[in-house]
Amino acid sequence: MDGDEFVQILTPEGQRVAHPLYESSLGRDEVFGLYRDMVIVRRLCNEATSLQRQGQLALWAPLQGQEAAQIGAGRALEANDFTFPSYREHGVAWCRGVTPKEMLRIFRAVTNGGWDPQKYRHSVPTVVLGDQVLHAVGYAMGVQRDGAHEAVMTFFGDGASSQGDVLESFVWAASFNAPVVFILQNNQWAISEPASLQARIPLYHRAQGFGFPGIQVDGNDVLAMYEVTRRALDLARDGGGPTLIEAYTYRMGAHTTSDDPTRYRVDAEVEIWKHRDPVERVKALLTREYRMKRAALDEVTAQAEAIALQLREDVLAMDAPDPLSMFDDVYAAPHPLIERGRREMIELGVSEGH
Amino acid sequence: MSTTTMTMARALNEGLRRAMEANKKVLLMGEDIGKLGGVFRITDGLQKDFGEDRVIDAPLAESAIVGTAVGLAIRGYRTVVEIQFDGFVYPAFDQIVSQVAKLHKRTDGVYTMGLVIRLPFQGGIGAIEHHSESPEAYFAHTAGLRVVSCATPNDAYWMIQQAIEHDDPIIFCEPKSRYWEKGEVDLDQPPHGLFDAVVRREGHDVTMIAYGSMVKTALRAAEAAEAEGVSIEVIDARSLAPFDLDVMIESVTKTGRLVIVQEAPPTASLGSELAAELSERCFYSLRAPALRVSAYHVPYPPSRIEEHFRPSVDRVLDAVDRVMEWES
Repeated sequence: MDGDEFVQILTPEGQRVAHPLYESSLGRDEVFGLYRDMVIVRRLCNEATSLQRQGQLALWAPLQGQEAAQIGAGRALEANDFTFPSYREHGVAWCRGVTPKEMLRIFRAVTNGGWDPQKYRHSVPTVVLGDQVLHAVGYAMGVQRDGAHEAVMTFFGDGASSQGDVLESFVWAASFNAPVVFILQNNQWAISEPASLQARIPLYHRAQGFGFPGIQVDGNDVLAMYEVTRRALDLARDGGGPTLIEAYTYRMGAHTTSDDPTRYRVDAEVEIWKHRDPVERVKALLTREYRMKRAALDEVTAQAEAIALQLREDVLAMDAPDPLSMFDDVYAAPHPLIERGRREMIELGVSEGH
Repeated sequence: MSTTTMTMARALNEGLRRAMEANKKVLLMGEDIGKLGGVFRITDGLQKDFGEDRVIDAPLAESAIVGTAVGLAIRGYRTVVEIQFDGFVYPAFDQIVSQVAKLHKRTDGVYTMGLVIRLPFQGGIGAIEHHSESPEAYFAHTAGLRVVSCATPNDAYWMIQQAIEHDDPIIFCEPKSRYWEKGEVDLDQPPHGLFDAVVRREGHDVTMIAYGSMVKTALRAAEAAEAEGVSIEVIDARSLAPFDLDVMIESVTKTGRLVIVQEAPPTASLGSELAAELSERCFYSLRAPALRVSAYHVPYPPSRIEEHFRPSVDRVLDAVDRVMEWES
């Protein structure tokens, strides 16, 4: 299959390289925009980690290292496309317009969702591995039946690629030619298990066996991620069916704040990936090729800082919901057991606002 | 009033047809439901009339059948999923319990999980393993789901339409051993609400609650008991989650005796739930403990001996004798 070689158009050093099938369509302002996005989500992520360490979040799943994979894919989307994330796609959520405050609600343990998925056309986090991938394919089947010119994108990792639901999604997407783009972020580690345990072949090769294109991309190259994803989305919208994009990247941090990666991987490996940092290479491009001034880059850092500060304020102000809210929206229609539970809790003296 | 006689299988087919005519967003998805019309022919002729986009022959993976129906629901479609047999639903268990049941709540009501999962359930058809199970309690236990079961062609015709119209996800249990039994279907007027329990036969000595295939067994037992001077009130639960307790409480308060008949094994079953609820609510009316007539706590046996596993009229009558003799 053409184009299944490792797609990279910006090296870790920030040099452009030619690729036979893909070249960057983005100008200076757009590249700067991607840089801004990556800096902001990295800063948000660090703030969230600090908040968790300070006891303000129940958990956090850091995205550090995967900024390019998520921002490149996220910015390739059109407004009316729909996305189905796993639980680490803070960068994609950012691109879809979800506010940082909304992203952290689930980690503050004040909700099991966080935002209005129809408003942002970005579904809520899915914690059970791979479940959302089937939802994306089903949604895409709906898009087909509506005759709409829309695409659907879904995210999962190297670990989830072993889930039956993901493989069943591949079967469905192929059989029904569904307008869906699968973004497999291979960040090399499923908690403590290396990607080599999930697959004995490069993961993107799996697509071929299901009958649709699979492409491996330098997941730390935001320009490559953007171009490959955009083309796959166009293909899907135009009736060309699904594509699997393996974003070859690295989880620089822990799986979550409950994890201790020093138990299962060596520092030397992390060091190698530090040199492939997704943000630094764009910074190098901006300063060398586009001659961007230090002040412009500093302005981005300051903006990220302000957003992080606001996030901290918002999170600290986020109170536990009213206990009675557990009875809301369990069912769409009235249900006697819900009414009974609510009544019992009210009789126990649990009142609004506590 | 226009009534006609048909089998439960036919009634379901007609009900599905009517729901598809009424709402273009209604889709059917399942294995072999197209040209074949499903292994029980419930969807016979529907693909021919509504097309392959609306009556979807699915690849063979139950989790994907349910999981893609979730995505279709998010897109605004109402998918009626056919799980070929009860024992094949377990690969979809995660999607049903973790997603179908919880997405409405998780999204603060933004996603409507209006989908129906049709489950031919219970035994009595001489099948091999995995084709005769009663998994309803697994689903009734899960908040966010509703579980119903039809026992007559008229209920089958109307309940499937009501389930499709309903905004909550519904596990629709069809007693496959009754698929081919005929009954009157009123094509104009639904007999009851989807979640109503119904008194099928009035009586004053014993309340007998059953659902699905066991409604007929209960009615036979009631007939036999009448010959011996015992008057049994038979209630068809119809809705298994939630239960329509008011109808049941009224009956038990009147009779003072309760027998629950189910094809499922007894442990942590719907019969257990009913026994607990009604014992609590009708404590001072009860003259005997609530009894369950169930299958045994064993895997569904080879079908040559299944009639020793499923509650028979004789076993039901034994329970009636026990509650009647309790005081003396």
